[in-house]
Amino acid sequence: MAISALASGIVPNRLARRQYADNFSDLHPRLNDHEAMVAADQCYFCHDAPCVDACPTEIDIPLFIRQIATRTPEAAAKTIFSQNILGGMCARVCPTETLCEQACVREVAESKPVKIGQLQRYATDALMDSDIHPFNRAASTGKKIAVAGAGPAGLACAHRLAMKGHDVAIFEARGKPGGLNEFGIAAYKTVDGFAKREIDWLLQIGGITLKPGVRIGGNLTIRQLKADFDAVFLGIGLGGTGRLGLENEDMAGIRDAVDFIAELRQAGDFSTIPVGRDVVVVGGGMTAIDAAVQSRLLGALNVTLAYRRSLDMMKASRHERDLATSKGVRIITGAVPVAIRGNGSVEEIEFEYSDDNLEPTGHKFAIPADQVLKAIGQKLADADLPETENGKIKTTGAGRTSTEGIWAGGDCTLAGDDLTVTAVAEGRDAAEDIDRCLMS
Amino acid sequence: MADLTSNFIGIETPNPFWLASAPPTDKEYNVRRAFEAGWGGAVWKTLGEDGPPVVNVNGPRYGAIWGADRRLLGLNNIELITDRPLGINLKEMTRVKKDYPDRAIIASLMVPVNEDCWKEILLRVAETGCDGVELNFGCPHGMSERGMGSAVGQVPEYVGQVTEWCKKHTCLPVIVKLTPNITDIRKPAQAARDGGADAVSLINTINSITSVNLDSFAPEPAIDGKGAHGGYCGPAVKPIALNMVAELARTKSLQGLPISGIGGIGTWRDAAEFLALGAGNVQVCTAAMTYGFRIVKEMISGLSQYMDEKGFSSIDELVGRAVPNLSDWQNLNLNYVAKARINQELCIKCGRCYAACEDTSHQAITMSKNRIFGVDDGECVACNLCVNVCPVEGCITMEQLPPGSLDERTGKTVVAQYANWTQHPNNPGACAAE
Repeated sequence: MAISALASGIVPNRLARRQYADNFSDLHPRLNDHEAMVAADQCYFCHDAPCVDACPTEIDIPLFIRQIATRTPEAAAKTIFSQNILGGMCARVCPTETLCEQACVREVAESKPVKIGQLQRYATDALMDSDIHPFNRAASTGKKIAVAGAGPAGLACAHRLAMKGHDVAIFEARGKPGGLNEFGIAAYKTVDGFAKREIDWLLQIGGITLKPGVRIGGNLTIRQLKADFDAVFLGIGLGGTGRLGLENEDMAGIRDAVDFIAELRQAGDFSTIPVGRDVVVVGGGMTAIDAAVQSRLLGALNVTLAYRRSLDMMKASRHERDLATSKGVRIITGAVPVAIRGNGSVEEIEFEYSDDNLEPTGHKFAIPADQVLKAIGQKLADADLPETENGKIKTTGAGRTSTEGIWAGGDCTLAGDDLTVTAVAEGRDAAEDIDRCLMS
Repeated sequence: MADLTSNFIGIETPNPFWLASAPPTDKEYNVRRAFEAGWGGAVWKTLGEDGPPVVNVNGPRYGAIWGADRRLLGLNNIELITDRPLGINLKEMTRVKKDYPDRAIIASLMVPVNEDCWKEILLRVAETGCDGVELNFGCPHGMSERGMGSAVGQVPEYVGQVTEWCKKHTCLPVIVKLTPNITDIRKPAQAARDGGADAVSLINTINSITSVNLDSFAPEPAIDGKGAHGGYCGPAVKPIALNMVAELARTKSLQGLPISGIGGIGTWRDAAEFLALGAGNVQVCTAAMTYGFRIVKEMISGLSQYMDEKGFSSIDELVGRAVPNLSDWQNLNLNYVAKARINQELCIKCGRCYAACEDTSHQAITMSKNRIFGVDDGECVACNLCVNVCPVEGCITMEQLPPGSLDERTGKTVVAQYANWTQHPNNPGACAAE
């Protein structure tokens, strides 16, 4: 039974059951055949296309769209997967409006780019639905490689290595693979258990052993991995979270947004997820947006996203911000949290307006909050790591770390940029480099 | 608003836009809707001999090719002449003409090559009050296998003979509709004129197969797994039709022979181009079949605006205006030098000009690291391919090099003097300028 939307506190069942299904349905459903044909017709087949340059995995976008237009979506999918084995997820979660579609010449021409992301999904779904894995594993090389972390970087690296005939073991701290694809990312971007399906499909290449529940730095050290394997790839993401540094920060009702999202992603039934009536999300990146929007979708009455700098400095794209505001999220910028108040559990959070250099202005305001979600950046969890800088692993070239025989990619590295597609590119490129090193 | 009144071989209509003989004019119902929409005239779908009518296939009659966004570019049909009884068609024509006296009704006719057949049908159509007849010597499928349609149009002697018979047995104006499925369009046109035709209309449809089904391996449109060639029309045939119309318009022995232009006309611009190349009026079919009869409203408003802008007070001032500018290649000015120019404001940086020129032409388009596209005048031959592949109209243009400037490609100074191939030193048959 639905609890009134007005009920205070962090409670489940704020909405009627039907509303949950509506709220968490596919944000952009797959294009049907007709829509795909119309969309594909828009592509000019540019020379040295800017969209390809703008794609971190450099998918040959004009080619795959032409393959869709000539009704060979499976061939289009192979074009995509040959550059980006997680092309299915990227089609769903890439901020295309700041990548390929921003570079599309039709964006220049008519402010209306070709629907590259949706066409990519049309093609990749076509192939994955037929359960065809389009790549074959090369003859075994006898080389063993350890991959730490089964997120986008680790999976992309493992697949490419397996394809080349190496034996790969993936060690994953959580109980199941997928990383942020499985535990992060808004639910409405990847419905129907797609993250899991994608991994099952990817593993069809063979030669990959998955070892969930093994945290690197715990029982298994990197040193041990290096001793046991011919090469090591670290794609361990950013396990730790930042702190506001305020009194009462550990008060009930305050938690990290990544944990909130992970819980939501693992829930079979969204109505069981408790959410506040007055939710305040602190942060300005994709995680902040995903937490804020999903709070609204779970039935929170008032959701405020507070970012400490100005709008144009927010990491979340305009497209994402528009999505949030269209769902009823209020975005406040230039606001630094300065105090948390409550009696046992949080009741109010106070902010002070500041400029882009975070200089306080003296102007303060308080917002009622029965739930505060912190999305203020993640950091590398402690481990016995190669050389780091600014809390991330330093790499050169295709993911080489300061330690010979250890490569790294994805969010845990300095080169990472919090994007699934970048993590895939780095994992893939490290795999190529590992292969070159081991086979030469 | 300009006066679009058209007088074609004495047939006056409120505008020069007629519907061609085809499915849209097969019935009273359709023709009434067409006239309500504003069409100036209709050539009724071709009538055959009295008696049991022809039959059509009961599967697909049309095949097509499409451009981007599935815009229909070319349509092909294997439909025959009207499959409705002659009597019914004649009654309907009579009624429509009576109700729309200011519009033209033309009877399209196709009967065997036999004087009595033509005489008989001409007498009957005259009773409808129609404004003229059009002899269908054009349809390239089905009826041609029976010795009619293009089987007649492909033999100038037959064209002349039947035209003579028709002129002998009717007082109505006789238009001869020509098939494009021949080598030299001037020959049947000349035969029609010699036979006494009041006008010719062209083009009829072109022999075609639109596609092949790659599963059943049948040409499309396929009937029970088999296909037969059909007649091709629509926007794709316009350039062919324009050329054939123009060929007749500039042929001395055909001077004064009125032409009704047909082939891929869908907008006022298409129509104006046919008129400028010598057509006295135009006939439309595929565009109406694609979008419905109301397209004529745009054709009327567009042509009217154009005439106002040009200061033309009647259609006749436009007719044939481009004919003097149609020449033979050998007369083209070889001293005219142009170069491609790219408008950087309009350029969307797709690079298609570069790919086209670099891969397939003259390597005259340059591309910088930040995707600025330019023209290397030292290589540009002004072929126009970049203009044609550019998705933005007006972005790339061909600009004439003024006389006195240097053509970097040839290293020669551009001269103002006209000079053509007949005078060129490389031409073994050149006559030296006096």
